[in-house]
Amino acid sequence: MNKNILGIIFSNMHDNSLGELTDHRTMGSVPFGGRYRFIDFPLSNMVNSGITNIGVVTKSNYQSLIDHIGSGREWDLARKRGGLYVLPPFSSSHSGIYRGRLEALAGIRSFISTQTADYILLSDCDVIANINYQEMVDTHISSGADITVMYKRMPIESSDLYETTAFELDEQHRVTDVMIGPQNKGYYNVYENVVIMSKELLERIIQETSQRSQYSFKRTILQGSRDRFDIRGYEYTGVSMTIHSIHGYFKANMQLLDKETRSSLFRPGNPIYTKIKDEVPAKYGMASRVVNSMIADGCVIDGTVENSIIFRGVKIARGAVVKNSIVMQGTTVGEGASMDYVMVDKDVFIREGKELKGSNTYPIYIAKGSVV
Amino acid sequence: MFRKKEWIAMLLAGGQGSRLYALTRKLAKPAVPYGGKYRIIDFPLSNCVNSGIDTVGVLTQYQPLVLNEYLGNGQPWDLNRINGGLFALPPYQKSSGSDWYRGTANAIYQNINFIERYDPDYVLILSGDHIYQMDYAKMLAFHKEKGADCTIAVLDVSLEEASRFGIMNADSEKKIFEFEEKPKHPKSTLASMGIYIFTWSKLKQYLEEDEANPNSSNDFGKDIIPKMLADGQNLYAYPFEGYWKDVGTIDSLWEANMDLLDPKVSLNLYDPIWKIYSRNPDMPPHYLAESAKVQNSMVCEGCSIAGTVDGAVLFAGVTVEEGAIVRDSVLMPGCTVKRGAVVDYAIVAEDVTVGEGAKIGERPEHIEDKDSWGVAVIGEKVKVSPGTIVPPKAMIEENL
Repeated sequence: MNKNILGIIFSNMHDNSLGELTDHRTMGSVPFGGRYRFIDFPLSNMVNSGITNIGVVTKSNYQSLIDHIGSGREWDLARKRGGLYVLPPFSSSHSGIYRGRLEALAGIRSFISTQTADYILLSDCDVIANINYQEMVDTHISSGADITVMYKRMPIESSDLYETTAFELDEQHRVTDVMIGPQNKGYYNVYENVVIMSKELLERIIQETSQRSQYSFKRTILQGSRDRFDIRGYEYTGVSMTIHSIHGYFKANMQLLDKETRSSLFRPGNPIYTKIKDEVPAKYGMASRVVNSMIADGCVIDGTVENSIIFRGVKIARGAVVKNSIVMQGTTVGEGASMDYVMVDKDVFIREGKELKGSNTYPIYIAKGSVV
Repeated sequence: MFRKKEWIAMLLAGGQGSRLYALTRKLAKPAVPYGGKYRIIDFPLSNCVNSGIDTVGVLTQYQPLVLNEYLGNGQPWDLNRINGGLFALPPYQKSSGSDWYRGTANAIYQNINFIERYDPDYVLILSGDHIYQMDYAKMLAFHKEKGADCTIAVLDVSLEEASRFGIMNADSEKKIFEFEEKPKHPKSTLASMGIYIFTWSKLKQYLEEDEANPNSSNDFGKDIIPKMLADGQNLYAYPFEGYWKDVGTIDSLWEANMDLLDPKVSLNLYDPIWKIYSRNPDMPPHYLAESAKVQNSMVCEGCSIAGTVDGAVLFAGVTVEEGAIVRDSVLMPGCTVKRGAVVDYAIVAEDVTVGEGAKIGERPEHIEDKDSWGVAVIGEKVKVSPGTIVPPKAMIEENL
């Protein structure tokens, strides 16, 4: 990729869709897959695609995000030339807390103008995938399109329709229709919230829309300016998991127990980077029994674990049984406690002998720091 | 401009570790992997940082490639500092010729210029061959309190073991009056741990004198310490309590790994204020399949296990296929144990493939002649063909 590209990641988009999980954190800092946060995926993808100039746009509750990404060193983004820029909301009489992507971009207009990039790649944090953006960038440039949007053809359940944006495309992959929250379940060309366009066009769009108080990129640009701009789709055909809801979050974690998903997300040449915690390798006791599960560093496991995702530094005591659950960092499961279909947030203490049972469709959620 | 430092550390990491044979053919002993994700040198380096030392010179000589690459700019140990930090110090050419490091004392002598830049009051001399957690700041406080010229950390060993070590004979105030290297009839059980704090002005003087003596072997234990004692300098023994292990042999390296699985062993890697830092692999959490059976083991990120693992230490990215058995063994990063293979009492170096149905090592209870039993070692990148039997105590360096 010889073009100079600036990456912009929106860490707060879709916060509402994950309810309690994002009460105290941004969408970007939601824990995922035993040791990651959502933002690790777009960040690592950009770095692995040669994009080393990245702005992360924040809005609210971003302490955990800042704590996680720090100087960007773990993504090799602590650089003198380019690197990582965290862009907190910039408030003045005409900006402030933004309502949508366009207003968020208006808030970082001066940052964008100082960048020397030819193109700008925008991404949210709601798609878990290991994508090399290079092909999309090349397609965008060779097609001569004004704007290229990434989509994936996939079935959408009725519960996820509300959060879905879908495209209709012609043979040249031109976007001919944009549906926000389609009515019926079925197969759609689903928007993956990844967009590329030239810096010059993006700056023009920001200029025009901020004058008119337009804030939604999807509604104003993708839907409303289809006749003005040449907007094309780029199909992503690899494995990806789009997180639209708590249930979708649960399902996506569980999907990591599938070998194909793991080998497509975690590829030796394109690693997903994350914050390092210098934990000890996981330790299994004499009586441990663990099957079909992902276990991260720092865990001490003396009990039984089945079909679960166990994050870093979790302790599961002798006689405890954890099934079909997600247990986040630093949680302790006491002796003889049992859990089935439970999502446990960070630093929770489950007392001895406690029994918690949810179901596949409604897993129980235990908030960060609780004692149960 | 260099700001003055109260103390700096010099870490002797040039040793070959010849008794680790296949494991140190291409890397210096301090770079040997240990404990599922660490290398031996992580322990002294983490101890330095946790003790408040921010300047460490690492003296390298034998096979430095892996070690240098691992150390990098010292960032994993928080030693990428603007003022001080981590420095690899290989021997170098000087205007008046060039010289390998001829001994531990000579290695420090050749780096007097490096030390002087920081104008330290004290210099801590460490080696990169030991697994232990130690607060060197307490040792420095002891050194100052005693008004010592040199303080040597000692471990109370058993009388039988004592003849394998350098033994310090000290009075009730811990002042050393005699030093005996590997005595046949030890008078005390205070063994030198190879950790010294010197008052720098004194050490510099002795290093220069030692260098001028053509009969000297330029070694701390053989030359510097005996000479200082003979001159009536103040040498003190600093008693250390806790886990300390020299991992210089195949057996001791294997034991030190197995110690991590023993709840009675006092090495505490989980101490939040005394973490052992290392270069972490960028790999996902490990996955245990439906058929996996893992007990009494340590497993690092990126492993994929479908077989049986018991009493083992598995480094990052190890694969144990269904039907394979790994017991009482150490598998270094990137190893694969294929279907039906059995690994017992072995150390398997990086990126080894153990073919289907192969058998590495043997359990001691299955061997009548105890002298023929020992830990089997497979050197890095070796491919063991399906069905091959590797006997206990074997040292394999070529594909089988």
